[in-house]
Amino acid sequence: MRTVIVCALSVMVLLVSNSAVSAEKLHIEGSTTVGPIADGFTEVFKDMYPDVTITVNKSGSGTGAAALMDGRCDIATMSRFMKEQEFKNAIAKNVFPVAHAVAMDGVCIVVHPSNPINALSSEQVRDIYLGKMINWKQLGGPDIPIVVISRDTSSGTYETFESFIMKGQKMAPSVEYVSTNPQAFARVEKTRGAISYVGYGFIQTGVKALTLDGVEPSRQTILNGKYPASRPLFMFTNGYPVLGSMTYKFVTFHLTEKGQEVIENKGFVALTDY
Amino acid sequence: MNVSYIGRTLQPAAGFKQPLVLTIGQDIKGFVLRHLGRLALFILTCTSVLAVFLIFLFVILEALPFLGKFSIVEFLTSTAWYPQAHDRPEFGALTLVVGSVYVTTAALVFSVPIGVLAAVFLSEIVPFRIRDIVKPVVEILAAIPSVAYGFFAVLVLAPWLQEHLDFATGTNAINASLLLSIMALPTIISVAEDSISATGRELREASYALGATRIETMFKVVIPAAHSGIIAAIVLGMMRAIGETMVVWMASGNASRIPRPWWDLSQSVRTMTATIAGDMGETEQGSDHYRALFAIGLLLLVMTLLLNLVSEYFLTRAKKSLGKS
Repeated sequence: MRTVIVCALSVMVLLVSNSAVSAEKLHIEGSTTVGPIADGFTEVFKDMYPDVTITVNKSGSGTGAAALMDGRCDIATMSRFMKEQEFKNAIAKNVFPVAHAVAMDGVCIVVHPSNPINALSSEQVRDIYLGKMINWKQLGGPDIPIVVISRDTSSGTYETFESFIMKGQKMAPSVEYVSTNPQAFARVEKTRGAISYVGYGFIQTGVKALTLDGVEPSRQTILNGKYPASRPLFMFTNGYPVLGSMTYKFVTFHLTEKGQEVIENKGFVALTDY
Repeated sequence: MNVSYIGRTLQPAAGFKQPLVLTIGQDIKGFVLRHLGRLALFILTCTSVLAVFLIFLFVILEALPFLGKFSIVEFLTSTAWYPQAHDRPEFGALTLVVGSVYVTTAALVFSVPIGVLAAVFLSEIVPFRIRDIVKPVVEILAAIPSVAYGFFAVLVLAPWLQEHLDFATGTNAINASLLLSIMALPTIISVAEDSISATGRELREASYALGATRIETMFKVVIPAAHSGIIAAIVLGMMRAIGETMVVWMASGNASRIPRPWWDLSQSVRTMTATIAGDMGETEQGSDHYRALFAIGLLLLVMTLLLNLVSEYFLTRAKKSLGKS
């Protein structure tokens, strides 16, 4: 019995001392779209500042905003700007959100590679998501029922799609919901009649990205705003971060050459040229 | 008067550490420790009961403002679930309840025959040695994390269903039901097998003595004798299926609608558990959407509580009938 107590106490002492040694922690929560950028920054930071522990959580823009308001994270990554209600809640909790735009992203419509359709207009996409078009042959394609897939309502990608394409109208009840960009990608890759929307950074061989309103999604069109569904990606902090602190270095990393390299590697569009 | 010599002069019997007559101090110490020990164990038991009670209380308190503000009739009968709509959010939970019922019922249709027959096989037909190997293996199925089942559903089962059965979409009610039936199988097999094994030998011997064959004894004597336990097993499997979240979130497609025609299980459905899990992270605390999710949670809790009471009733009946025989 005495040995058990001694062992338990020594384990507790070790745990406490371990957490006291690692100096600084940075917790980042939020969008699955901006998540890979935060992951890329974290990897570079591991080499530059080895004794800082950075954790990145990807659970949705709304979740990140809620975490920043509750003080559970230092930086909230969001693929959309904060809503009015979120700002009000934050101010009520004495949190002053400051937005840092770190990259540009385009919400791209994707279909299965075997689908012969190459271009759609915003109205056609809206009709598909409203349930007015239910078969690809109505759009000039093969006779396959359209499987409409959307992101769930907690994601910033959904918000952008809703504001640019749906224009506030409610989606049809037959629309399927998936929770992350990679899951939407996997569904479209395997389903012949599927249509969905993913962030520009998630397009790889395996799905076909469509031209929207005659504009092809590419770096140039997203950056100069020609692509109709392009949006900036944000990192929010509580107030402007203290100059020189780890939070400051993280949210201004996109202005450095290395940061821009990371962003381009992840398939997004960097805001400035180096 | 020196009282302590009383303990010394009377020799304790062999094996006893305490003297046969205690001092006043030892007596009081024993009394206090005994009652303190009982109090500590009582508190520990109360904690678990209190936990269940507090969960219920918390969910009811969070859901009540919603039920006061929106009509319960609309909540239970409307099929429009648009909680995030800007102009007029609608909270109709009928599609969610129907989705849960569809997926659970189909899962039971798959798993009950297989589970009960497997339990009969394991307890009646197979030698003890094989049963001792197979039962733990079946229980391993229950230990696989549900996220692993979810991955399997989206990445393997959904494309297979699309290619070979020519469904438009592979993440649908059938996909979720198949996986839920695999998850409910270990529960059903374990509990049913335990209850069938627990029927006394006298029943079987009497049946054989009257000239019944082995299969007649199995299906006409033993299984009816164990029917309360089997029903309890089925209800426990149903509770597992109705409460499963991750698998249905990934495998059922989450389209909030009632399949039309009603028997077409190849269409996507949305369950209560997946709605709560998918939406809870983003909603601001205290908003209507948040409270609506708690109302759905309350509905789910009430349903599982009723199922639990039903299974408890059948289990006690099983114990009573076995005790009598």
